[in-house]
Amino acid sequence: MSIFSTRFMAASAFALMAAAPLHAKTFVYCSEGSPEGFDPAPYTAGTTFDASGHAIYNRLVQFKPGTTEIEPALAESWDVSEDGLEYTFHLRKGVKFHSNDKFTPSRDFNADDVIFTFNRQADADDPWHAYISGITYEYYSSMEMDKLIKSIEKVDDNTVKFILNQPEAPFLANVAMPFVSVVSKEYADALDAAGTKEDLNNAPIGTGPFKFVAYQKDAVIRYQKNADYWGEAPKIDDLVFAITPDASVRLQKLKAGECHLMPYPAPADLADIKADPNLKLDEQAGLNVGYLAYNTTVAPFDKPEVRKALNMAMDKNALLEAVYQGSGAVAKNPIPPTMWSYNDAIEDDKYDPEAAKKMLEDAGVKDLTMEIWAMPVQRPYMPNARRAAEVIQSDFDKVGVKVEIVSYEWGEYLKKSMEEGRKGAVILGWTGDNGDPDNFLSVLLSCASAQPGGANRAFWCNEEFSDLLAKAKASSDHEERVKLYEEAQVIFKDQAPWATLAHSTQYVPMAKNVTGFVQSPLGDYTFESVDLTE
Amino acid sequence: MLRFILSKLLYLIPTMLGITLVAFGFIRLLPGDPVLLMAGERGVSPERYAEISAQLGYDKPIWQQYFTYLGDLMQGDLGNSIVTKKPVLAEFLALFPATVELAIVAIIIATVIGVPVGVIAAIKRGSWFDQISMTGALIGFSMPIFWWGLLLIIFFSGILQWTPVSGRISLMYFFPQVTGFMLIDSLLSGQKGAFASALSHLILPSIVLATIPLAVIARQTRSAMLEVMGEDYVRTAKAKGLPMRRVIGVHALRNAMIPVITTIGLQIGVLMAGAILTETIFSWPGIGKWMIDSISRRDYPVVQSGLLLIAGIVMIVNLLVDLTYGLINPRIRHK
Repeated sequence: MSIFSTRFMAASAFALMAAAPLHAKTFVYCSEGSPEGFDPAPYTAGTTFDASGHAIYNRLVQFKPGTTEIEPALAESWDVSEDGLEYTFHLRKGVKFHSNDKFTPSRDFNADDVIFTFNRQADADDPWHAYISGITYEYYSSMEMDKLIKSIEKVDDNTVKFILNQPEAPFLANVAMPFVSVVSKEYADALDAAGTKEDLNNAPIGTGPFKFVAYQKDAVIRYQKNADYWGEAPKIDDLVFAITPDASVRLQKLKAGECHLMPYPAPADLADIKADPNLKLDEQAGLNVGYLAYNTTVAPFDKPEVRKALNMAMDKNALLEAVYQGSGAVAKNPIPPTMWSYNDAIEDDKYDPEAAKKMLEDAGVKDLTMEIWAMPVQRPYMPNARRAAEVIQSDFDKVGVKVEIVSYEWGEYLKKSMEEGRKGAVILGWTGDNGDPDNFLSVLLSCASAQPGGANRAFWCNEEFSDLLAKAKASSDHEERVKLYEEAQVIFKDQAPWATLAHSTQYVPMAKNVTGFVQSPLGDYTFESVDLTE
Repeated sequence: MLRFILSKLLYLIPTMLGITLVAFGFIRLLPGDPVLLMAGERGVSPERYAEISAQLGYDKPIWQQYFTYLGDLMQGDLGNSIVTKKPVLAEFLALFPATVELAIVAIIIATVIGVPVGVIAAIKRGSWFDQISMTGALIGFSMPIFWWGLLLIIFFSGILQWTPVSGRISLMYFFPQVTGFMLIDSLLSGQKGAFASALSHLILPSIVLATIPLAVIARQTRSAMLEVMGEDYVRTAKAKGLPMRRVIGVHALRNAMIPVITTIGLQIGVLMAGAILTETIFSWPGIGKWMIDSISRRDYPVVQSGLLLIAGIVMIVNLLVDLTYGLINPRIRHK
């Protein structure tokens, strides 16, 4: 791109920020980072989804607020064929897309928009597939939508039929995720005609509760309520994201009344927040797990009894106290207790250093020295990996296992932890994308993901376990799926490819006068239901 | 004079070329890989990895990538961010005014306070003022910016509630950006109170950013003054019975300012480095914060072209300093 056209772009971006008066009720959210863009399809960060997918757009179906259950959204209802291969969505009528100063929709949302939304991601030859140079659709391919969807047919303007290559129960949950937010085909055509395709990303048009007004890079995003919203209209008039990356500064802003709600408080600040009479603190179990993944392909960690013994040597309650400052729960299963099919009958390995020591001796393990990798970044599922590693180090020391703590820069950590034959046990974790157990178990523990590049950092491949997952995935009988996943958790516990550490609690501090905020177990921040009293 | 400027400008070319090499190499020397960082905890299959790398051109040998980059640069294409997919230049232009505004205010604070402090400390050498100010300068120079910024926020914004916590202007005000300078745009907007809001948002970050340059300028002014005060012509002026104010103001200060101006100019580079931390803590949407985000995401095009742009600007400022220097001290011109 030449200098001149970029200058022009910058100029027109400023022009978009034409003065608009602020209405009575302005809600300010101190968000933690800048969105990568406003097209929800090519990006993967939760920050981006909050700023685009959730505020501006809708999906065919959505997660019922505060849960991981699916409810109708742009599709009012859907039928699934007997063989589980055909999903027919009946679309809601009279849904209006937003308008901006360059575009006013001439028709309501219809089947063409749905097909456009999926095809531009699926089809490399689609003119919108690479409308910005270097664009890729990471979520679409990592959720294997490209392998799953055979074709999409328009039955009529208000009916769309998806034909799948194999039956897959989590499909509905996938369709509720932000990366398949429905964008307007008519808007895309108008942008194409005007030669400003990249405005699909810069000046988004959706059907969601808020209309995009302006974005000032790294500083502030402004939205206005969508008065024509098909659902219940938002109670606030204006929504503002004040981008504030530092957690302590976010808290100071919240205390000073410069914003109404913030995500990700620092664990050390929680007591202070609770003590502040002007603030309230919402807490909820997060849909996540922090774990220590052994490399099950390398001796002596290839023996389940060794892994089990090490798990027994770990005092998880002490770890919870030291690392999560008590804000969480000890994990015994790879999925969190808020997830359906969680097998509560499973008993955790008892903390018993003596027994652990004996088990190690019986397994012929003597003078073991191992590496424990501590991730260099903070994540909701792991606030301080270094300290976690130190706690585990001292626990293992008591059973005669010497631990060397290793840490790499984050990018390097992700890369090296995927390498086969990797030395050491890795601390890592996962936050659920869509509330389906498959999103934890298959992604993190199946044979298919136990290859270089896969997310199975234990490289654990258990045929029996993987078969159960495959069966569950293909079944559309919910009860049967629950049973299969419960069985899978039994195998997991018995084989112990990980030490499951904890499920952390999500905290959301907000001003006292904020009402109606519903925490999402998936960690999304949505504001269509919030209100300000007084 | 023209030859002087031309030779300096000519000298920029190999320097800039060197910087492209350093910036290009620097980000690639860091461990970590943009493709893997994009995938995060979810992992990426080897096939998919190869596909994305090929798309970004990272599958080619590194020298080939470098020459492709240079070729694009020659055509004025600084590349697109791999995270936001937007042109690097457009992002830079959108953020640069914020940094310039902050840097200008900071350098003004540093100069307006630093020079008089240095002069007084030199005149009253050994006095309590000298001792306190020079100890203060030492502390200011070694102050960790991040800690210092947070301390000011907690005290002035949190406890006293005198200043806003972060950002450039209150969210109440909303107007088009004309110049990109909030102080000017807020005046142009005609909205009541907007200018005051913009100004109050500048206070803490500019103090934090000014701290190190202020310390350096004060110390440099002091030692330059001391040196000049010992020169024969100053003693002559004093001996002639000229009033002290004239001796210091005209004879001493004028000559002492020559190295001080260089110091101030050189502080521009320091300001750019300081801006990275200051902008991050005050959520100041400038290029400092942009660079640090891009480095942590291994956004190769942004880091390599962003550094080049910043280096280019620092060099142009240094060139201007050289020229000013030549104006004050004619002897330099003829060298």
